[in-house]
Amino acid sequence: MSQVLFDDAGPRGRRRQRAASLVTGLLLLAGLVLVLFKLEAEGQLVAEVWEPFVTPVFVQALLEGMLVTIRTAAVAIVLSIAVGAALAVGRLSIHAWLRWPSTVVVEFFRAVPLLMLILAIYLIYGDELGKFWSLVIGLVLYNGSVLAEVFRAGVLAVPFGQTEAAYAVGMRKGQAMRLVLLPQAVRIMLPAIISQSVVALKDTSLGYVISYEDVVFTGRQISIEFNNYFATALVLAAMFIVVNYSLSRLAVWLERRMGRATGASAARAPEGELMGGGTAG
Amino acid sequence: MDALWDNRQLVLEGFGQTLALLVVAGFIALALGTVLGSFRVSPVLALRAIGTAYVTCFRNTPLVVLFLLVYFGLPELDVRPSQFWRATIALALYTTAFICEAVRSGINAVPTGQAEAARSVGMGFGQVLRLVVLPQAFRAVVPPIASVLIALAKNTSLVAGFGIADATFRMRGLINDNPGDVYVIFLGIALGYILIVAVISVVARVLERSPARSAS
Repeated sequence: MSQVLFDDAGPRGRRRQRAASLVTGLLLLAGLVLVLFKLEAEGQLVAEVWEPFVTPVFVQALLEGMLVTIRTAAVAIVLSIAVGAALAVGRLSIHAWLRWPSTVVVEFFRAVPLLMLILAIYLIYGDELGKFWSLVIGLVLYNGSVLAEVFRAGVLAVPFGQTEAAYAVGMRKGQAMRLVLLPQAVRIMLPAIISQSVVALKDTSLGYVISYEDVVFTGRQISIEFNNYFATALVLAAMFIVVNYSLSRLAVWLERRMGRATGASAARAPEGELMGGGTAG
Repeated sequence: MDALWDNRQLVLEGFGQTLALLVVAGFIALALGTVLGSFRVSPVLALRAIGTAYVTCFRNTPLVVLFLLVYFGLPELDVRPSQFWRATIALALYTTAFICEAVRSGINAVPTGQAEAARSVGMGFGQVLRLVVLPQAFRAVVPPIASVLIALAKNTSLVAGFGIADATFRMRGLINDNPGDVYVIFLGIALGYILIVAVISVVARVLERSPARSAS
């Protein structure tokens, strides 16, 4: 909430705000009731539609699917961090033969749609790689390139005195980068890394296009069998919201904790980050 | 090279579809996102709650799931827009959440003194927002909105999985038909997307540099 735009209201203003809240709430309620009536009219509120989501077999299948999604995303994120760090070091290098290829790779994979990338990898190399690696490689190329930019910004944010001090005690450029700059950059950038993990987790669902057997695939099969597309999609959305929201709360908690650990003032995270979801990418 | 050139008609039609999705969904998302963004800074508690709930739900749901919901779910409720519109609705709902956040952070970037000065001359919340804060927020909001639109341009490729013949859909067809030219086809289509992304960034840079204008 922004307190910038209005003063604390007086008694009359508070009454007016409460009245506006009430009216909005009632309108919202009316809208919800209308939606419920519509759902009822279309036969969405009967037991058969929701039954699979309380049947142990299907619940277990969905949870296992979610586990596959999370595991795939985890592999992709770990590899992305490694690739991202390598590309960031490349872009920051003083050698043009390292800097230019890294720049081209980063800019190319950030500008190309991830779905198209995954699809192309699967169509071209699918026979050798299989679905899992086609998806993971696509995710790593994209998220690695995004993280490379995050890391680069992080390294550039470390005060220059740190580099000078490292040189002054006789470190070489590589040592200064590895021992002094990167550890501090990772620390600065940890919240951004976790928010990128949320993006990667969401993007794992793009395996849909190559029929990768993740939670979305399980959901699709349930919806085909029970003919309950709307209900299944709602359940899938709820599962992703729970996982992603928890992940972004973790980021906020970690940030506060690390703020304490380094003795820096634990800055309050901007409200936007509390809600998760990462960037639109 | 021939595979791409011989099928240039198909490829161009594909990018036409991509651009149509981008423009229509983009305009809807910009409009809804701005409204929702002002909800998020409003003095009315219920409006703020609506904005927060919307952003939390739609940012954390993968776009694929949103597509499943709109694309297969809506017809189940006997709401049957065309394929194109169903895809556009899914893209717009998703993008709205990100536009909303960009607008909100832009509003918060305007120095407190500006709004205080406006209030001290007796302006109400709507006037402060419309006459003082939004015109100044416009410039701060351009770069984040540009990245949201770039993401939207890339996200339109999801429709390829739902039977709409956009550029990515054409790439799949061409790769299947021309196994000898797969790299040329991939790079050619990729270049098209890069061009779209580049145009959005250049426009954003120009807008950002130009003097602040009315953000109506």
